[in-house]
Amino acid sequence: MTMLSERQQLSYIAAQAADARLNVELETEGMTLNIGPQHPATHGTLRIIARLDGEQVIWAEPSAGYMHRGYEKLTEVRTFPQVTALINRIDWLGSFANEVPFILAAEQLMEIEAPPRAQHIRTILFELSRIANVSLFLGDLGVQMGAVTPVFMAFRDREYVLNLIEGATGGRFHPNFDRIGGLKDDLPKGWLDETRQVMKKLRNFCDEIEDLLFGNEIFQSRTRGIGVIPADVARQYGLSGANLRASGVDWDLRRDQKLPLAYDKVDFRVWTHPDGDSWARCWIRLQEVREATKIVDQLIETLPPGPVMTKVPRIIKVPEGEAWVSTENPLGEMGYYVVSKGGLGPFRVKIRSASFNNISITPWVLKGVYVPDIITILASLYFILGDIDR
Amino acid sequence: MAQLSDTGTSEETPVIDELRDEIVAKLRSDIGDAVIDVHQIPGVDLWVRVSADAWRAAGEALRAQGFDYFCFLSAMDWMPSPFGTGENDPTDEVEDDPSAAEVRQGYAGGETRFQMLARVTDLRRHVSITLKADVPESPDGSMSIASWISVYAGANWHERETHEMFGINFDGHPDLRNMYLPGDFEGYPLRKDFPLLARLVKPWPGIVDVEPMPASDDDEGDDS
Repeated sequence: MTMLSERQQLSYIAAQAADARLNVELETEGMTLNIGPQHPATHGTLRIIARLDGEQVIWAEPSAGYMHRGYEKLTEVRTFPQVTALINRIDWLGSFANEVPFILAAEQLMEIEAPPRAQHIRTILFELSRIANVSLFLGDLGVQMGAVTPVFMAFRDREYVLNLIEGATGGRFHPNFDRIGGLKDDLPKGWLDETRQVMKKLRNFCDEIEDLLFGNEIFQSRTRGIGVIPADVARQYGLSGANLRASGVDWDLRRDQKLPLAYDKVDFRVWTHPDGDSWARCWIRLQEVREATKIVDQLIETLPPGPVMTKVPRIIKVPEGEAWVSTENPLGEMGYYVVSKGGLGPFRVKIRSASFNNISITPWVLKGVYVPDIITILASLYFILGDIDR
Repeated sequence: MAQLSDTGTSEETPVIDELRDEIVAKLRSDIGDAVIDVHQIPGVDLWVRVSADAWRAAGEALRAQGFDYFCFLSAMDWMPSPFGTGENDPTDEVEDDPSAAEVRQGYAGGETRFQMLARVTDLRRHVSITLKADVPESPDGSMSIASWISVYAGANWHERETHEMFGINFDGHPDLRNMYLPGDFEGYPLRKDFPLLARLVKPWPGIVDVEPMPASDDDEGDDS
């Protein structure tokens, strides 16, 4: 243990020295503004170093890595069923959605498929994590721009969704519920009726937020035309999810790829917006919460009977091969490149998380904006720190 | 894959195959012999291995073909871990099975221990491709390959991460600073020969903590 702590201490000293060097290097005639790592507007431990000329940003660079946990290395010493406990913590607001693509990749390698009921419930829980995640975004959006009320409403209504997730899975934040071949358990009694009620409440929440926040003049003037990302730049940087659709690219993995999930059985609209500005990104997310409630409603009506788990061996060995599965997570495209060598655990897992790509565009998009717009743009790009650093 | 051929109709699969065949044919006509190997799971996915010299040219050719959405870029270390796999106790002696220590590449083959791995998507044709390239080690142990920044601007952070984790240099990358680790950190954590210290200090108990699956109750009932 002494070896570990010494190493940690050394790396801490080295980090301090590197920071000091960086700050000295940046001493120019302009001003260097350091936002974060602990700051309400940075949504976690992201640090933004911005060099300013008056009020204008001439150069900005996010400094990630304050939360790097090395999941790609850790997956190599886990068995396949154990990995879900780790990857739950990548995007911690929509945890269940992180498990699904990994499990699907393992199932693709094993050439098995979950029973229809399990696929349905997976899709329901997937959309519930989207609602829990994005409804908090809508509240947080307000608080980052100085409006305090929406965040209370968001926390109030997200609570209903978290209660649903807890009711079904036993975990509010980290369900760890998805299994290779199906789900841990069936839904509890009365859960579907409660879900119907909650979906109504969430639609009311969306209406409230739309009136209160999106109808607000100050909000509009702070987001309209700010941080415009053209479609071809968005594609080049690999932006995904609402950020890509807000730039007018009609691409949604729920609709545009074939996976053993129940999205082909529901009718929903993929919203796009031609503007590509902060307003468009926020507005798309608001519509996506609404669509998600509709998807959940439709899936509840068509939930098929049957088992939730297919027959799998007690000790799971995944045949040799490589598989890539990505899904449309609350933050964007989340995918796992899983390499198996036929053992109990993966040989390598490359985790492609949405926020990593979404935030890598910030040096490009922050160039030339004004200081208050940094906050707006970062808020509208919407990232979760665990999803950047992994 | 059985899974997808079950759900997909039988008429659909050959159509998708044609699309992937067409992509490979176009890529071959663009960069010629640089396409070394192709692996295709019809209707599911496509892997193409190109030579290291043609890494950037392959990216440019794919981008011109419509693959303008950059998904990810990373690397692979195909050497089996000298510390054993997760299910084994890493303090145990690794058994002297020569095949266990052999470097064995995955789809689309390969000759080197390290391989590049990148994925790009065509959003109009709804198809993706995984690109691989062998990265030869020079005699002093360093490795380098052309940077993709001029092709896909989003490759910037991915190449920084790959450089930090695998020690692969990218020619033409302006700023290969570390993203996560301190600047003078020694070693490349995602290489298989980099030990996971936490595991060496406290060995993993092994597979004992795998909880029984719901389906396994029935199995046990049948046995008794």
